[in-house]
Amino acid sequence: MEHSQNFVLFLVTLNQMITVSVVLIFAGLAGLFSERSGIFDIGLEGKMLISAFFAAAVSFATGNVWIGVLGGIAASMVFALIHGITSITFRGNQLISGVALNFLASGLTVVLGNAWYRKGGQTPTLSGDARFSEITLPFADALRDVPFLGPIYAEVISGHKPLVYVAFALVPLSWWLLYRTRFGLRLRAVGENPASVDTAGISVIRLRFVAVLIAGVLCGLAGAYLSTSQGAAFGREMTAGRGFIALAALIFAKWRPWYLLMATLLFGLLEAISNLFPNIDVFGLFTIPVQFTQALPYILTVVILAGFVGKAIPPRAGGEPYVKER
Amino acid sequence: MERLPRWADVFLVPFINLLLAFFVSGLVVLAVGEDPVKAVWVMLKGSLGSTAGLGYTLYYATNYIFTGLAVAIAFHARLFNIGGEGQAAIAGVGVALVLLAANWPHWMLALPFAIIGAGAFGAMWAAIPAYLQARRGSHIVITTIMFNFIAAAVMGFLLNGWLKSPRTQNAESLPFPPGAHLPTAHELLAPLGIGFSKSAPLNISFLLALLCAWLVFLLLWRTRLGYAIRAFGQSESAARYAGISAVRIIMITMLISGALAGMLSINVVMGEQGRLIKEFVEGAGFVGIAVALMGRSHPFGIVLAAILFGMLTQGGFELLWEMPNLSKEMVLVIQALIILFTGALDNMVRAPLERLFLYFNRRKEGAV
Repeated sequence: MEHSQNFVLFLVTLNQMITVSVVLIFAGLAGLFSERSGIFDIGLEGKMLISAFFAAAVSFATGNVWIGVLGGIAASMVFALIHGITSITFRGNQLISGVALNFLASGLTVVLGNAWYRKGGQTPTLSGDARFSEITLPFADALRDVPFLGPIYAEVISGHKPLVYVAFALVPLSWWLLYRTRFGLRLRAVGENPASVDTAGISVIRLRFVAVLIAGVLCGLAGAYLSTSQGAAFGREMTAGRGFIALAALIFAKWRPWYLLMATLLFGLLEAISNLFPNIDVFGLFTIPVQFTQALPYILTVVILAGFVGKAIPPRAGGEPYVKER
Repeated sequence: MERLPRWADVFLVPFINLLLAFFVSGLVVLAVGEDPVKAVWVMLKGSLGSTAGLGYTLYYATNYIFTGLAVAIAFHARLFNIGGEGQAAIAGVGVALVLLAANWPHWMLALPFAIIGAGAFGAMWAAIPAYLQARRGSHIVITTIMFNFIAAAVMGFLLNGWLKSPRTQNAESLPFPPGAHLPTAHELLAPLGIGFSKSAPLNISFLLALLCAWLVFLLLWRTRLGYAIRAFGQSESAARYAGISAVRIIMITMLISGALAGMLSINVVMGEQGRLIKEFVEGAGFVGIAVALMGRSHPFGIVLAAILFGMLTQGGFELLWEMPNLSKEMVLVIQALIILFTGALDNMVRAPLERLFLYFNRRKEGAV
């Protein structure tokens, strides 16, 4: 079936929106768990970066991408553990700890990459089983001829790499975990009023460590996705601020899972648009420069934070270390 | 209640933190198969061993003094300004607009106006997050991070559009008139008979940085406003009770902070580049956080810490040539570890030290 050019462009844009949103979903969910437990995490970026590097390095060394993903997750969890020790055990400043981890990842990935591969901080290109390949969902080809929905199923929903489907499955899972389990209730409570959780005989420290380590796993998936799915190697600074866009999406969603999915898709769409159509001509009247589309997620987040369009209120105990004896 | 003697608080704790950071950095150097002692030697030689090296070291230190002061003054009001990067970048636009507006006859005339341009634009970029924090309670850390990214987009837009030089393909402005050239260390020291490297970008902005450090000291510890800023940082509720307006303090502190970060563009855009380029801040805004933490938010400490970080930056470039397994990004690792140990893991060193001092004090009292 022949499609009009506009319809093809529409499909390509949606397809790319999904591809680039995945990182934001993983990282946004990471931030969700951490911040909902009362630990600010501006180190999403650094955890993703170190994971992207180790996922690529381990994939390259073992030739098995799944082991690579585990390597990335392990690296990210080490960073998460450092963040937990500084901000929970030693009651340090959570923001400063995050800044430090971001720097550490930027430096360490290039230092190790240069020492191991001598390619200016890059890892060797992954091929074969060392990277992910696309999955074709059942009936994708059979349904292709169904008008409108057929091509959307075949081109947009089917044909992605495994981690894409993992990311989308994690959204309802996170919602269920946070809102329908005892663990989730406690986790949300510890971010609002840790003293009450403590009074109920539940360890604030343990809950927060669990939350921070979950964030480590999720950032690990985000990083591994970047270097083994979206790309086929690690490149220096390859996260390129996506950790902060994810943070922005989290605020935009007011720290709620389903809204987070919407926000990451919106920001993913903006990224896809700026990649595919750099300068947009509006009816020949004026052009929207590509920089505006790129800056829009940040501008929208500031607007939301300013509270002019529905106020974003963070978890109340966020950023404050819990001191038992008062 | 003083738990630690002042000398321990001001010198011993940061010193131990620094040692820990260097120790872990040494482990990283070992891990990539190089000799940490040799690395230290190469960095020292590269940063202080020649006038060219020294010139670069102090040139970087100039940047870090400005951004360190910017972070520190905000710290005193218990505000975390992570936006130095964006504020400095936008201040560069201010400098460029001033310097391209006229055919400046002499740098002495151009410099004051460039300082006003840089200060005003840097302050303007800090003003919106400050207002949102003061009036709407939006977390300033998040808004300043967002403004860093927005600043990068604005720079990209301006340097590919209105400010772009028609003479080149690169995203950069026209060169500034020759009259706006700031004297370099070589030009300043030659008449005194002191030979200084011609290639080093160190210029008169270094003196401006020292002046700013002095002014920040006077402001914080010798004026009513400084007292109000520090009081607000110590206890917001006590300051409110004393009749100090939170909105006013947040706004003024952040405007000064943004203007100080903006001064970086005098050193880089006016002093070294002679035109506006896209990514001239190169992370100095973030290094300012490390410098402020290391310098305990005191101007004197900041100048020392800035010189240390200048040495690290310049020394890092030398590593590249002498030790093939190490790259200049090793400096980022060292910076990160310094921020981690002095900023976030401070309690790890402080708490045992406090216990140690308490133990010795008790024993002394017991003996009496």
